[in-house]
Amino acid sequence: MKKVFERPRLLKPATFHFCPGCGHNILHRVIAEVLEESDFRERAIMIAPVGCAVLAYFYLDIDVTEAPHGRCTAVATGIKRAIPNSLVFTYQGDGDLASIGAGETLHAAGRGEKVTTIYVNNANYGMTGGQMAPTTMLNQVTTTCSAGRSAEREGYPLDMSKILASLPGVCYVERVALTSPANVQKFKKALRKAFQYQTEGLGFSLIEVLSTCPTNWKLTPVDSLKWIEEVMTKSYPPGVLVDRKANRGDSE
Amino acid sequence: MKSSANKVLLSGNHAVAEAAIRAGCHLYFGYPITPQNEIPEYMSEHLPKIKGGAFVQAESELAAINMVLGAAATGRRVMTTSSSPGISLMQEGISYLAALELPCVIANMVRGGPGLGNIATAQSDYFQSTRGGGHGDYRTITLAPCTVQEIYDLTQLGFYLADKYRGPVIIQGEGLLGQMVEPVELKEPDKKDLPPKDWALTGAKDRPGRMLRSLILEEGILEEHNWKLNRKYLEIEKKEKRFESFRMEDANLAVVAYGSVARIAKGAIKRVREEGLKVGMIRPISLWPFPGEAIRKAAEKVSQFLVIELSCGQMIEDVRLALAGKAEVNFYGRPGGGVIPNPAEFGRVISRNYYQKVRKAR
Ligand SMILES: Cc1ncc(C[n+]2csc(CCOP(=O)(O)OP(=O)(O)O)c2C)c(N)n1
Ligand code: SF4
Ligand SMILES: [Mg+2]
Repeated sequence: MKKVFERPRLLKPATFHFCPGCGHNILHRVIAEVLEESDFRERAIMIAPVGCAVLAYFYLDIDVTEAPHGRCTAVATGIKRAIPNSLVFTYQGDGDLASIGAGETLHAAGRGEKVTTIYVNNANYGMTGGQMAPTTMLNQVTTTCSAGRSAEREGYPLDMSKILASLPGVCYVERVALTSPANVQKFKKALRKAFQYQTEGLGFSLIEVLSTCPTNWKLTPVDSLKWIEEVMTKSYPPGVLVDRKANRGDSE
Repeated sequence: MKSSANKVLLSGNHAVAEAAIRAGCHLYFGYPITPQNEIPEYMSEHLPKIKGGAFVQAESELAAINMVLGAAATGRRVMTTSSSPGISLMQEGISYLAALELPCVIANMVRGGPGLGNIATAQSDYFQSTRGGGHGDYRTITLAPCTVQEIYDLTQLGFYLADKYRGPVIIQGEGLLGQMVEPVELKEPDKKDLPPKDWALTGAKDRPGRMLRSLILEEGILEEHNWKLNRKYLEIEKKEKRFESFRMEDANLAVVAYGSVARIAKGAIKRVREEGLKVGMIRPISLWPFPGEAIRKAAEKVSQFLVIELSCGQMIEDVRLALAGKAEVNFYGRPGGGVIPNPAEFGRVISRNYYQKVRKAR
């Protein structure tokens, strides 16, 4: 019988600790596939965040280091400067990247560090139990904005991808919603492109993924996908925010 | 660099940088802060000319120490330098470096605090460096030079010890030492018998992936990890204590001082010895591990100790712990940050102590 689906070699035979229906499950698998289908694996060094994805090193058979909460892109800078021909990528939640690590993210992008960031936006702090994140949308309920986020009280959400896409050191930013097999393929394609651009030395690249957190959203996995489509994409519309290679010459 | 024979004239800050470069540290990440800006300036000029060298001016000390963490994870030699407020900001990263067992050298050209304090020299970061500084049960080797030559030598030793024991090493410089200009012999670094870096992240080519992690959730394993770190610290305590003994052969009173203060105290001791006072000094060179035995041993002959610091009294706690009541410990200190004591001042304090304590006891 022909095998049509199997475990990527780079996924270690460990059971994911993620909740059922969580986007992190899919993302880890796709990363393994992309690394496996290319010669990226032997150059790859991953920086795992503090957040639900902190245990990435248990799942991916590549070189992985942890970083203090939010500091992934600073750590990535150190690695890339030490080994310029390595393929360096960070994997960060929205709390990690847009809140505590906003400074490191902005400046690594500003410098145009030749590293790639996978930015997993689930509009809350998953690991610590569903508190408000900078990405939490207006009216969204979390454990620290139980009446729903209000602009008056909690302030406005932050769209980091949009900010980063405006920087000249950033070569590629794309946002995908992880809601269907077709969209998973979009993420895969985007990741391949980002790695390719990094290899070509074009600058900082980032893929934002709108990713489910059924546990803290208190929705079923299926309803979580719907919520991304119907609610999240309104605030965070998917698409290519910048691709400087495709639009050589002009920037937007 | 001005050179004559095998010696060159260097400031303390430039000596840190030159020693690091000659020790094979070609990666530097830092954020400007006075009184150590000459170090990043020197590095920014020299490192880009070296193959594989890189200098990054980080956006903060928080970023700088994490860039150091990343570079150290690849197994290459790396350093950052700063001064007190910047070192405070690095404590989170230093805790992670200790937990992940990543080698690097961090020089603190200490200035006056707390808070923003000022840019003048001080010794008020002793606790921060010798007690861990960040969260968790860890220690950092802390080396305290007192001449520009020693800054050079200890910086190179720092890289050696960092690699040998896999962890961050702190050079406890001082603002004053950084600015001082003295002849320095540019020695070659020791690289003997260092363990292979078989943990380094270099890309998993023809081998399984490697991981560096400090999050340890499995039952009982964090305790195991901490015991492992502790065994390493005990080994360091056994092997890496360093101190200088000065005129202790017939001393009745022992000064204990480190860094710039020890140097000034040396001048004071020479003066009071001309007047016939039998005074010596023990100068800790490694602040952690603290050379407590040397002090305890001295107490077999000396019953009076005088600790002098450019702080309101921090190292004195280690001296007291070492002596465990075996001798009397007195203290003279002034908060740093604007005060540079001179040998005459220390001489008066030493004489007063001598006449009040030693002579009276007879
Ligand atoms: C310095 C520090 N502050 C706070 C925490 C606690 N903490 C752990 S994960 C996390 C938020 C994670 O949220 P996010 O980055 O969105 O990742 P997710 O779990 O949602 O994937 C926080 C606040 C920490 N580990 N370290
Ligand atoms: S809490 Fe949310 S983000 Fe974390 S594993 Fe569960 S579903 Fe995924
Ligand atoms: Mg999140």
